[in-house]
Amino acid sequence: MSPDDRKYSNEHEWVKMEDTTQALAGITVYAQNQLGDIVYVDLPKTGATIRFMEKMGEVESVKAVSDLFSPITGEVTEVNDRLLDHPELVNEDPLGEGWLVRVTVADAAELDQLMSAEEYEAFISGLS
Amino acid sequence: MPVQYSGILGEVAAVRTSTGLFDVSHMGRLYISGPRATEFLDWVLTGSVESLRVGRARYCMICNEQGGVVDDTIFYRLAEDRYLLIPNAGNRNTVVAWFQRWLDEKFPTGCEIQDRTEAMALLSLQGPAAADVMDRLCSAPPSSLRPFAWQETKLQDTPVFLGRTGYTGEDGFEIVADADQAASLWQTFTENGATPCGLGARDVLRLEAGLPLHGHEINEDTTPIEAGLEKFVRFDKEYVGSAVLRGKHEKGVGRRLVGLKIPGRSAPRAEYAILDHGRPVGRVTSGSYSPTLDTSIATGYVDANLAEAGIMLEVDIRGRTSPAEVTLLPFYTRPRR
Repeated sequence: MSPDDRKYSNEHEWVKMEDTTQALAGITVYAQNQLGDIVYVDLPKTGATIRFMEKMGEVESVKAVSDLFSPITGEVTEVNDRLLDHPELVNEDPLGEGWLVRVTVADAAELDQLMSAEEYEAFISGLS
Repeated sequence: MPVQYSGILGEVAAVRTSTGLFDVSHMGRLYISGPRATEFLDWVLTGSVESLRVGRARYCMICNEQGGVVDDTIFYRLAEDRYLLIPNAGNRNTVVAWFQRWLDEKFPTGCEIQDRTEAMALLSLQGPAAADVMDRLCSAPPSSLRPFAWQETKLQDTPVFLGRTGYTGEDGFEIVADADQAASLWQTFTENGATPCGLGARDVLRLEAGLPLHGHEINEDTTPIEAGLEKFVRFDKEYVGSAVLRGKHEKGVGRRLVGLKIPGRSAPRAEYAILDHGRPVGRVTSGSYSPTLDTSIATGYVDANLAEAGIMLEVDIRGRTSPAEVTLLPFYTRPRR
């Protein structure tokens, strides 16, 4: 279910390298499923520095609020503005159209601390 | 009852535009009967019991001696000396113990309580199409039933008790039947177009409709006067808490429950601070994104002098300050059809 073109954190975020420096980050199918209908996403601003496994924003569903943890350290070069009016994209396509931020990665070696798709699948099957 | 079946937004929309189905069997079913049942209930309930006609139902509070709300409830008059009372799930045992205390103290004979919660199921069919669904399924057409009235009928072959009551702000029915009929009733309703709805949708719907939830807007330390529920409180009879309630009604209260509209979709949650130019003036009791109104809404207690529609306050949403406009409850009233 989780594609193996990206890495996954135990906080249910993913990060995908687009080239040697740029990466996209978002939340996983499992995460959006746990949250339910998402109504609001609070993201860092373009130019902000986000840090590995530190809070970078919040996601609100009708019932709950959850912190978003950055799966990578770097400078935000773009945020997914479509989510302002269409937060449901995170539910509908969390690995694609519902991406959260684009980042200039500071240290690609951090990716080695994240899980592969296979490891993440095993991780979530041990939950619930 | 799960938090959701297909998704809270879709479930809320189903209730507002068509029909939603809730399994609220976790709530209580207390049968109160005997020659002194009316007198007893008039002693423990804030609403008038004696004046309620057989065939009708009423919403009111159960208060303690300080006027705090032990629970809020709907009760149905089944016969001259027999009633069905629906307490909240979490308060069922408290209510039974509270009633028993007053029976022992003041009504040692002539009234008894039977807790039939486990033996009976309680479903709730809510939405503008609920009456059509009921008419298709029942022997006597429930669409002629007035709001806050009840009838016994057969739903296909199953004997059911129907109350034209609910907790969503829409037209609808609450259905009591033998517990072993619950699964087949559920299936019948869903096959007739009702969308299964969970606790999440129920909470959004009741908040939009300005209906209090015990443990949030009302509790044992909050009176119905502060909560804006005076119309469910009688001031012309003596009962547990009546003196305090009458005093607060006459002298006024220091804080009042208000509605708040917060622009955008990020919602304050219970216990978040309400501010007036940065100064704390109260706390949020419930908050949610309202899909029906497409804005965030909340209820909360504020200093009484700020409880006026149009006053601009703020709420602290996890460190972000958002404007919050005081509004009259309810946020949502169903359109007349």
